[in-house]
Amino acid sequence: MERQSHDEIEAELRQAVQEELAEDAKRADDGPRDGREVVIELRDVVRQFGDNLVLDRISFQLFRGETLAILGGSGTGKSTVLRLILRLDLPDSGDVFVMGSDVAHCPVDEMLAIRQKMGMVFQGAALFDSLNVTDNVAFPLYEVTDLTEDEIVAWVERALSFVDLDPERVGDLLPAELSGGMKKRVGIARALIHQPRVLLFDEPTSGLDPITTTTINDLIRKMQRELTVSSIVVTHDIRSAFRIADRVALLAGGHIIFIGSPEEMMASENEYVQEFLD
Amino acid sequence: MSARSAGQTLWRPVANLFTRWALQTYDYFALLLRTLITTVTRPFYLRDMTQQMDTIGVGSLMIVVLTGLFTGMVLALQSAVEMKQFGATIYIGRLVGASTVRELGPVLTALMVTGRAGSGMAAQIGAMKVTEQVDALSTIGVDPIRKLVTPRFLAAIIMMPMLTMVTDLLAIFGGLLIAITKLNLSTDLYMRSVYYTLADSGFVLRYIPIDVLAGAVIKPVVFGAVMALTGCFYGLRTSGGTEGVGRATTRAVVTSSILILALDYFLTQIIIVLFIE
Repeated sequence: MERQSHDEIEAELRQAVQEELAEDAKRADDGPRDGREVVIELRDVVRQFGDNLVLDRISFQLFRGETLAILGGSGTGKSTVLRLILRLDLPDSGDVFVMGSDVAHCPVDEMLAIRQKMGMVFQGAALFDSLNVTDNVAFPLYEVTDLTEDEIVAWVERALSFVDLDPERVGDLLPAELSGGMKKRVGIARALIHQPRVLLFDEPTSGLDPITTTTINDLIRKMQRELTVSSIVVTHDIRSAFRIADRVALLAGGHIIFIGSPEEMMASENEYVQEFLD
Repeated sequence: MSARSAGQTLWRPVANLFTRWALQTYDYFALLLRTLITTVTRPFYLRDMTQQMDTIGVGSLMIVVLTGLFTGMVLALQSAVEMKQFGATIYIGRLVGASTVRELGPVLTALMVTGRAGSGMAAQIGAMKVTEQVDALSTIGVDPIRKLVTPRFLAAIIMMPMLTMVTDLLAIFGGLLIAITKLNLSTDLYMRSVYYTLADSGFVLRYIPIDVLAGAVIKPVVFGAVMALTGCFYGLRTSGGTEGVGRATTRAVVTSSILILALDYFLTQIIIVLFIE
């Protein structure tokens, strides 16, 4: 069998992604608004844990190609928003739309297909302990694609190189042998390997030193530039949020207190916003 | 405090406890149902299943060998003391064979494997849960039940009968060692005695003794299913970091053990009604 070059594999996959993108755009019942296509939308979402009302009728939209940072203190429901988008949790009321599908009510098979178009970078990277770096990154491809072994190897090398890791050097290492920053980068490589349309980051820079934080932020910006994915970044790190986000939302007391550009946030006269920025 | 409010104060914790127990039972059966569905629908994770068969089967072989051997030896030794008084030591084989194949083999094997593999399942899946690896599976588009629970469930119901047969054989062998060395019985007499006790309750499909079918197949399959399902159930419900993993592991072992002992009684009743009476 003739072996395909990396460029050929990439061209084929890009074509497949473009076709799926066109299908998604057709399916999205919202359609473009103000010339911008809505990728994710939360409408009046309520989520309560026992007596604790974490999200109280929150609504926002994420547009194609945009990076939205959700800021807030601990326990304000930032990570819950991501869990609702991925249907790892269900809202008590309200709707969550992802690429036109109502994820809270769609069938399981449809949800699995939607998840395959998203990538998630977890706070602790959530790498599979028993698999080495190569197998961790390749895992989504083995599970949800029909790619050949050669194609998968090529994609893993490309994804690891994209996050500035040497596949030769780190490929055989187990997650326990990696530093915090390397784990995050492997987590990012795994999240982007199947070319997701949406990337979700849960505290991507928490627990990292300033230099590694800068590296991760640069990586997120590089993804925006080169892969044009839409992203939601949940963080309490204001500096990182301002550096990577097109828009910033501030969550407090179950409500979105502010949503707008970083410049608008800096200029906001809202008392809570000012207190949070200080 | 009025009598009414005192009653409410007492009643509320009981009601909460009952509600929690009812919800947990519902979740347990929901997991069983989803697991059964995923055993007959694609995709199948055969590699994960064979890996689990190795962990449960090969990994538990040594403890099962030792359990069987010493159980058979101690059974023969203890009963010899009583039977000697009546000159009935030639029936040692019957006693060891019947008690091992009918009850001790399946129950002891299930309890030992639960302590080893069932706790391992709860701990492994629990650790994956608290480090968000289970969520990571979901976000990739992989059903965690299909990937984590079903292979363990199938591996357990395949391997448990095999391990039980090993326990039974080793227990009978342990009894034989005592019969030969302490009671001066011949191997032939002991083995005939074992055979006759198994043949006593009759055969199914002409050649399979009912005792063997019930004790080495039906009971171990049910016990294997209970062990795997309970281990995975508590693993998937783990919360609260490493302390939570420890709690989940303990609960899995305790619940599995109690379920195995309780189910043993009901299965014995059912088997007697269906095959023997």
